[in-house]
Amino acid sequence: MLVTLPILVPLLACAACLALWGRVRAQQVVAVATAALMVVVGVTLLHAVLTQGIQAAALGGWAAPYGVALVADPLGAVMVLLTAIVGLAVAVFSIGGTTEARWANGHAALMLAMLGAISGAFVSGDLFNIYVWFELMLLSSFVLLTLGGERAQLEGAIKYVTLNLLSSMVFLAGVGLVYASTGTLNLADLAIRLDAMDDAQRATALGAPLLVAFAIKAAAFPLYFWLPASYHTPPPVVSALFAGLLTKVGVYTLIRVTTLVFDQERALLADAVLLTAGLTMVSGVLGAMSQNDIRRILSFHIVSQIGYMLMGLGIALHAMPPGDPAVLPETAVLALSGAVFYIIHHIVVKTNLFLIAGAIQAERGTGDLERLGGMARTHPVLAGLFLFSALSLAGIPILSGFWAKVILVRAGLEEGTYLIVGVSLAVSLLTLFSMMKIWTRAFWGEPAEPRATPSAGAWARLVPIWFLASITLAIALGAPWVYEFATSAAQAALLPDAYIETVLPGPEVGVQPATPETGGRP
Amino acid sequence: MLMMAVSVGLLFATGAYMLMRRSLVKLVVGLVLLGQAANLLIYVASRPLRGRPPLVEPGASLPPDPHSDPLASALVLTAIVISFGIASYTIVLIKRAYEDVGTADLKEFTTTDC
Repeated sequence: MLVTLPILVPLLACAACLALWGRVRAQQVVAVATAALMVVVGVTLLHAVLTQGIQAAALGGWAAPYGVALVADPLGAVMVLLTAIVGLAVAVFSIGGTTEARWANGHAALMLAMLGAISGAFVSGDLFNIYVWFELMLLSSFVLLTLGGERAQLEGAIKYVTLNLLSSMVFLAGVGLVYASTGTLNLADLAIRLDAMDDAQRATALGAPLLVAFAIKAAAFPLYFWLPASYHTPPPVVSALFAGLLTKVGVYTLIRVTTLVFDQERALLADAVLLTAGLTMVSGVLGAMSQNDIRRILSFHIVSQIGYMLMGLGIALHAMPPGDPAVLPETAVLALSGAVFYIIHHIVVKTNLFLIAGAIQAERGTGDLERLGGMARTHPVLAGLFLFSALSLAGIPILSGFWAKVILVRAGLEEGTYLIVGVSLAVSLLTLFSMMKIWTRAFWGEPAEPRATPSAGAWARLVPIWFLASITLAIALGAPWVYEFATSAAQAALLPDAYIETVLPGPEVGVQPATPETGGRP
Repeated sequence: MLMMAVSVGLLFATGAYMLMRRSLVKLVVGLVLLGQAANLLIYVASRPLRGRPPLVEPGASLPPDPHSDPLASALVLTAIVISFGIASYTIVLIKRAYEDVGTADLKEFTTTDC
């Protein structure tokens, strides 16, 4: 029953916040306490998955494949933990980073509903259930995005809403087609039935609408324009929450369905994913170079970094032999573990950079690089934290992004996909250039006029930034352990026999009782 | 059945066409139509049978064969509830956007673009 907690805790707290409508202080306490509890749940779940194997639950007592199955494998469990960590940082930052009026209008309830929906998508083992979590996540993000009703927010929201709803409709249509062809929606059951269909092209065709829908959610090329058009419009703390988590749900579902369900024509998928990855990286980073606002630059970098995660997935699919191999190719494991490492690092660092942008905006009243300057002299601590996070993102040696990129590049070289490796290295340099642009324009130079009264609650803005920065440092220093974990997560995803066995215990799944290595964090 | 299949296609085509128009209102109409198309697709694809509801007779443990698939209707019901909520949100959003920007022409919605 541990698997249900990441959903139940935030949703119950969301209801509590609605009951406490209008009592801002009480809602702040509930939001922070719930997020902290979610971190505890996340750690417990990850520990249980690593020591006892994959955790599964059948909702309502209806056994899979008939009921809705919740499953947490290493990849899903770590995503739940990261969701909780981002949630905690964002909940504390919200105390000093948003207005009282925003809290009074349901900020806490919406934030908790979104965290619950995201956790739900990470532990769901049922295609239609994932659709429902996506919709709950979208609906709460719509309101978080537009709460306040500034003109820019509304304009950004129109683009965000339209493209995300389009992707939901494509997803729903895909779900309908999959159900009509196979008679099941349970991911593990689907994996068995599609393999038994003996028609690889038909299986891939069924997967196509789902993959397109997830790619839109992940902000992959070419349908990523909703992201840079909207992420800079809401209050910075909302941008940070979106930036850390939303697109990663798309990437996670892409990894999940391509490794578990639609694995019949991996070579074809690999080419498509690698092409998308390269174009996503390049178009994101080029978009960032033409921007002059901190959050707009960072938004384009989200797009570019989604490309790295897809690169890992693409190389892994490229390296996998057709069929269900008894032994996994090492390159495939290496590549996918690179993607997992990258996701872990990216969620923490990206959220932190947006929070730092929020702190800058709270001190100076703007995120426009033309009007900033000299922050290194007036706010040396913030400057240091920014530099550390920005260099981590760009991948300077021994910082967290470096290890993620090293694994990906090495997998690419081993597999012989030199083009994507070259592109990723060039994009890396451009990322560094962009980060240095923010650094020189916002932190160096003559201090601009400081804002007469910097808004209150500076501690609540700095504490979460320190918190996320220390996790970034822990990922960098503990890279061997994170890598070991990422490897076991990649193995469990690429060889999903244990996943299927846990969800559908019974003689019909008899490939081999796989024992995924349960390498653990210290 | 053929007519249903054709209507699904028409709904998708009309929805996609409406999405590409420049008017805010047509945008919402397009989104709603796409939602209906997806719902109808799920329902039709489950091959519903006329006059064969999945009702279990007293004393029996299974509905008589052949019977319609009840799960598809359950999925569509869930999807309808969700799309209802989303449609209401979108309508309020375009109303506010129209008031703030002062036009329903999407070509004027460019201030947040790159």
